[in-house]
Amino acid sequence: MTQPPDQTVRPRLALSHISKSFPGVKANEDISLSVRPGEIHALLGENGAGKSTLVKIIYGVQQADEGSIAWNGETVAIPSPKAARRLGIGMVFQHFSLFDAMTVIENIALGLDEAVDRDELKARVAAILDSYSLPLDPEREVHTLSVGERQRIEIVRCLLQKPKLLIMDEPTSVLTPQEVDKLFLTLRQIASEGCAILYISHKLHEIKALCEAATILRGGKVVATCDPKIETTKRMAELMIGAELRQIVHGDSSGAGAVRLSVSGLTLAGEPPFGTDLEGVSFEARAGEILGIAGVAGNGQSELLTALSGERPATKADAITLDGKPIGTMSAGPRRALGLACVPEERNGHAAVPDFSLADNSILTARHRLPLTPLGIISTGDVKNFADSVIKRFDVRTTGTAALARSLSGGNLQKFIMGREIGQQPGVLVVCQPTWGVDAGAAAAIRQELVDLAAKGSAVVVISQDLDELLELADRLCVINEGRLSAPRAVAELGIDEIGLMMGGVHGESGHGASGHGASDLGEPAHA
Amino acid sequence: MLEWRRRREPSPAMLYASPLIAVVLTMLIGMIVFTAMGYDGFHAVRDIFLTPFLEPQRWADLGVKAAPLVIIALGLAIGFRANVWNIGAEGQYIMGAIAGTGVALATYDMTGWWILPAMALAGILGGMAWAAIPAFLRVKLQVSEILTSLMLTYVAVQGLYYLVRGPWKDPDGFNFPQTRMFTTDQTLPVMMEGSLVHLGIPVAVIIALVAWLLMEKTTAGYAVKVVGLAPAAARHGGFSADRVTWATLLASGGLAGLAGLFEAAGPFGQLTPQFPTGYGFTAIIVAFLGRLNPLGIVFGGIVLAATYVGGEIAQTTVRLPQAATGMFQALLLFVLLATDVLVRYRIGWKVRAA
Repeated sequence: MTQPPDQTVRPRLALSHISKSFPGVKANEDISLSVRPGEIHALLGENGAGKSTLVKIIYGVQQADEGSIAWNGETVAIPSPKAARRLGIGMVFQHFSLFDAMTVIENIALGLDEAVDRDELKARVAAILDSYSLPLDPEREVHTLSVGERQRIEIVRCLLQKPKLLIMDEPTSVLTPQEVDKLFLTLRQIASEGCAILYISHKLHEIKALCEAATILRGGKVVATCDPKIETTKRMAELMIGAELRQIVHGDSSGAGAVRLSVSGLTLAGEPPFGTDLEGVSFEARAGEILGIAGVAGNGQSELLTALSGERPATKADAITLDGKPIGTMSAGPRRALGLACVPEERNGHAAVPDFSLADNSILTARHRLPLTPLGIISTGDVKNFADSVIKRFDVRTTGTAALARSLSGGNLQKFIMGREIGQQPGVLVVCQPTWGVDAGAAAAIRQELVDLAAKGSAVVVISQDLDELLELADRLCVINEGRLSAPRAVAELGIDEIGLMMGGVHGESGHGASGHGASDLGEPAHA
Repeated sequence: MLEWRRRREPSPAMLYASPLIAVVLTMLIGMIVFTAMGYDGFHAVRDIFLTPFLEPQRWADLGVKAAPLVIIALGLAIGFRANVWNIGAEGQYIMGAIAGTGVALATYDMTGWWILPAMALAGILGGMAWAAIPAFLRVKLQVSEILTSLMLTYVAVQGLYYLVRGPWKDPDGFNFPQTRMFTTDQTLPVMMEGSLVHLGIPVAVIIALVAWLLMEKTTAGYAVKVVGLAPAAARHGGFSADRVTWATLLASGGLAGLAGLFEAAGPFGQLTPQFPTGYGFTAIIVAFLGRLNPLGIVFGGIVLAATYVGGEIAQTTVRLPQAATGMFQALLLFVLLATDVLVRYRIGWKVRAA
């Protein structure tokens, strides 16, 4: 698309026709890309686009099924991370591997492949901290450090090896905006010294601010390469998300009924170490409507779900009201008894107990609204009948109510879980990723059930990363980004480009402007 | 080549067969080890594992040994199901005996039917109190109950030594470190004339049935299992892991305390420094041999009781050292944990690819 500034330089890293399959999925298919020395190259894509698999192949954690890797023009095999480090490839993972109870310098020493004299190491670390102006005290214990400082330890670890290629995996997902700014300064300096950087992200404004080339992945394939400095954010969002859209006919959402679930100013600290804080989340869900909440993973979706379900109660009772009743401080059981049902994203181990039968799994959440356990005694017959009715009504393919949850396929278990909640006739149903990992037929059935439930007067809240799904289901849509929720907009008046921009974190102050005009406004990075 | 193949689902047959396989393997390994050491290995294993069952006069002894093991293991198993690892049942067992003995000494010159129930109640409360310490530390401060409960065992042992050598020493006991003998009203009624068979045995069976009903048929038992298997799902379902931790530690402590009181008011009839016999630790093996299932634990308790009874037999017949009993018990746990792999894996022939 765009001309790299200098074509004559031999690429530091060149991947050609890399493919990698896992049982049931092609994670990478025929991927080629090259990174020149000193270039900051973005690897852009949604969750599940194949970014992680690709960098694991480059860093030697996994081996490609097909294709080859060239390093400074020579074909190489990278059988292990150690081999990758020997070549000069360093990687900073999204989640750090640090010992909290040890000091910075001890952690750095532990991460090295060869033993280095303590004093010499101290001198080398001090030199790196100095030359990159990184504020970090080598003698501090890690548990006293901020996330940004912890990341610097990992960066120093890499820099000690004098890397020729640095891979940064979603480095800003855990950083504050100020820390992001500092990180970018560091990365630019590292690149200016000739080190190539492969920068993995789905945050468009960051890529625009930092990178000079971008490879965009979708569904395991390269869909485009571009220069993010020139390309518009809108266009990159379209490429990342995929613009092919089905035409959706929305029901009449204007006739939505009374407010059933109301959340106002919900603020809740994320679970350490990497939980997202919810900040002032407010929304209403009305009888008869489906409210969609879009967003890229890790922006507070699971925190929002557990805050609504009562697994992590809020501090104020009126932060959440159900049919006008304040429930913010109630735990999960009483909330469910009042008619608020929730389905978390993770099926095995959260929504269901893998080692329990389907019958036993129906007790887990249905016992509050259905008389399955009168006086604390499990009524085996009633439990079995309820589980059986869910299996029949939702067409769960299984050997029966005695089958273990773990023996079901993802789609069938999801149908059972959805059926278990819908079968209780909840007043409000909140679901996270209702069709994640579910085959198309089951997904359609689940969506139909959600529509039917809303049609009967319940309020349905769907939290999903799947935009197609949200556009098909939702009457109104808002976006969650870094723990904040945008104002809801009627789906009929939204364009996919606009949603994509909001998901990428470049939404301006919410609720302004018509879509076309807004998008061009928002094309500028929020903070650079 | 033999290889392990993962089963698609855990095998229900192996779930119940593996404890039996473990017992048989323990017998075989024990036979080899003791033969190699110059003993008559075959007779040693026969006397330890079979003779107690074959000679009817041993059955009473078997029951007396099995009762405390079963009572303690029932409590432990409930906790283990919830991932609450109370390793200090021995300490709770001692504290139960101490608390019950306290009541016995206070009521020394009284008579009445109520004394024994009061002692039993004190035993339960004593064990609970001792288990409440690890429960508090785990729930409030996230301290591992494995360490605290184990360490508290040694505190309890020292407490026992202090009492029997100090304030509770029998004034008419010729300075021996032991308490007074309990009176008739303070002793468990004997169920069979001329034997040690006491009330603890039927009580153990009743507790096993109650524990089984609790685990299989009630929401409380369900909560214990969910918290153990999938903590996040438990929270999602509205169960409190903290409450389950408290409940299971108090239940296992209370049962261990009751077993301790039964032992003090039964076979011992007083407290002596010899009172801690390791039942609290052996009960861990019983719990696992019984597959953490209350009814299986009755079976497990009888097998482990046999190793005690048979160990004594083998000491006289084959001149095995007393430590051999402990070795067999430890070997059994070791083999049991190893055979657990059969539940999820099966052995198959590796077919070499052409």
